Amino acid sequence: MKKKGKGNWVLLAPIYIFTIIFVAFPILYMFLLSVLSRAEVWGVDFKFTLDNYKRIFEPLYLNTFKESFLLAFLTTGFNILIGYPYGYFMARMNAVWKKRMMMLIMIPFWTSALIRLYGWIIVFRSNGVLDKILMGIGITDEPLKLLYSYPAVVVGMIYSLLPFMILSVYSSAEKVDYTLVEAARDLGASSFKAFWTVTFKLTLPGLLSGIILTFIPSMGLFFIADILGGNKIVLVGSLIQEQLTKGRNLPFAAALSAVLMILTSLLIGLYRRIAGTSELEGLV
Amino acid sequence: MNDVILQLKRIKKSFDNDTRVLKSIDLDIQRAEFITLLGSSGCGKTTTLRIIAGLELPDEGEVILEGQDITRLEPNKRNVNTVFQNYALFPHMSVAENIGYGLKLKKVPKGEIADKVEQMLRLVQLEGFEKRKPDQLSGGQRQRVAIARAVVNEPKVLLLDEPLGALDLKLRRQMQLELKRLQKQLGITFIYITHDQEEAINMSDRIAVMNQGVLEQIGTPNEIYYRPRTSYVADFVGNANILYCGDGTYAIRAENILMNGETVCVHTASVVEKSFAGGQLRILFRLQDGQSITASRYGIDSDIQVGSELKIGWLPEHAVKVVDDLS
Repeated sequence: MKKKGKGNWVLLAPIYIFTIIFVAFPILYMFLLSVLSRAEVWGVDFKFTLDNYKRIFEPLYLNTFKESFLLAFLTTGFNILIGYPYGYFMARMNAVWKKRMMMLIMIPFWTSALIRLYGWIIVFRSNGVLDKILMGIGITDEPLKLLYSYPAVVVGMIYSLLPFMILSVYSSAEKVDYTLVEAARDLGASSFKAFWTVTFKLTLPGLLSGIILTFIPSMGLFFIADILGGNKIVLVGSLIQEQLTKGRNLPFAAALSAVLMILTSLLIGLYRRIAGTSELEGLV
Repeated sequence: MNDVILQLKRIKKSFDNDTRVLKSIDLDIQRAEFITLLGSSGCGKTTTLRIIAGLELPDEGEVILEGQDITRLEPNKRNVNTVFQNYALFPHMSVAENIGYGLKLKKVPKGEIADKVEQMLRLVQLEGFEKRKPDQLSGGQRQRVAIARAVVNEPKVLLLDEPLGALDLKLRRQMQLELKRLQKQLGITFIYITHDQEEAINMSDRIAVMNQGVLEQIGTPNEIYYRPRTSYVADFVGNANILYCGDGTYAIRAENILMNGETVCVHTASVVEKSFAGGQLRILFRLQDGQSITASRYGIDSDIQVGSELKIGWLPEHAVKVVDDLS
């Protein structure tokens, strides 16, 4: 007991060092860059300026942010609609079916995410798999031209992030003691009421984790928008990439990154406040 | 006085792997009685309870509550509440919210709910515990919240599924008395499940002994103990020796095995073991055909030597003729 203070320090030190080197420094560096000026050919001039941040308020860039958040919300929304039921029902199944449903989620992970997205190109492109099926059945007469459109990007995002939502909800739903549902029914609750007042509340931590696990990546997964959306859909991520590579404007890229990070953190913080942090801490 | 509140008629139930859990159960339960379903694991007592609660559907048969057929009625529509074995308290709700859960569903006004919850907490001696969460309670306290949560809804019948199983011996004995007192005070019909015959004898007005899906005997604790109908009942409630004697099978309680006196059905037996436990002397005999007989009495009998051969028998009035298991 006496050693507690000292012992802790030794155990935590590596984590602190890691966090400082690989997390704190890069973030500080990014903030530093964002207030410097772009040099002529490459690199930065050590001239303090807030122009980078001012530029973000131009309609073009504001719109990019808006688009990114919109896409993130859409993706997260669909993920909840599809992922929650999947995760919940998977948790309620017998062992055999659980394994089968788990395999359905896991198998895609055995292939690279990028290659799977190319698979979607084959599905979505004109006269691709989807078109052939729909035209074959007779639902449509001509190609849908879904590739390089917004819906295609949304589908790609949902597809890539859904497993995280499912697994998150599943792990929560698995831990629920379902005699609690029997107790609720015994006390007068209809099946729906029992689900809503007991099961749903108890799987809320899983749902919230899933939402965060979907939302944060969907802000950054710009490669999906690039591949399935072509140049029509520009997200903050691609903008940042562009500024860094083609534009060689490190300060502006840094400013964009900083704003993205701050906005996302604010949203998460607000969400946690609303949802109640006790839920997130996981009640079992 | 015959006031039947609940009837089970020809209830049959099997589960998917074809095991017939309930072979055919017929039971009439009197209003305001404390009746216990007694039997070892797997005898079907929990399944019977769940069928009454509506958490299982019987394959055949009817459940009739106050004249109304509730066999297929959903659990939330029955005026029956259950105290579960693992208490099943809602972990994300406080004690007050747990207890008030049923009332809230019935849309009882908030003020009234608060009053009733207060009443209940006083009844189970947990005043002041309103805001606590289940994980802040001891086993015994959770037990009492589970009871309060069920009873506050004033059910016609209260079902208790081995509620004292997880408690230590001393607490269990205490709770047995409390539950009995509570039942008398509330006047609610209690259907209690246990595998502990002591518990059953201590608490019940009547005991229904179950064995592998069959009700072997229903009676008062006295009837079950002194006049068991089958060898299973005789052996389950208080250890009895089951012996053949000419015209039938008899159950003789250990304390009624005598080594002198006007005994009948005398056998020659050798003393295998002598032990002294719980204030009683227990002597283990072996008969010529290999069967073991246990005799018990108070006091120490130093005269009896292990290995010696004695004649043992019993008084005719102590012998109870039984049939072999009905299953």
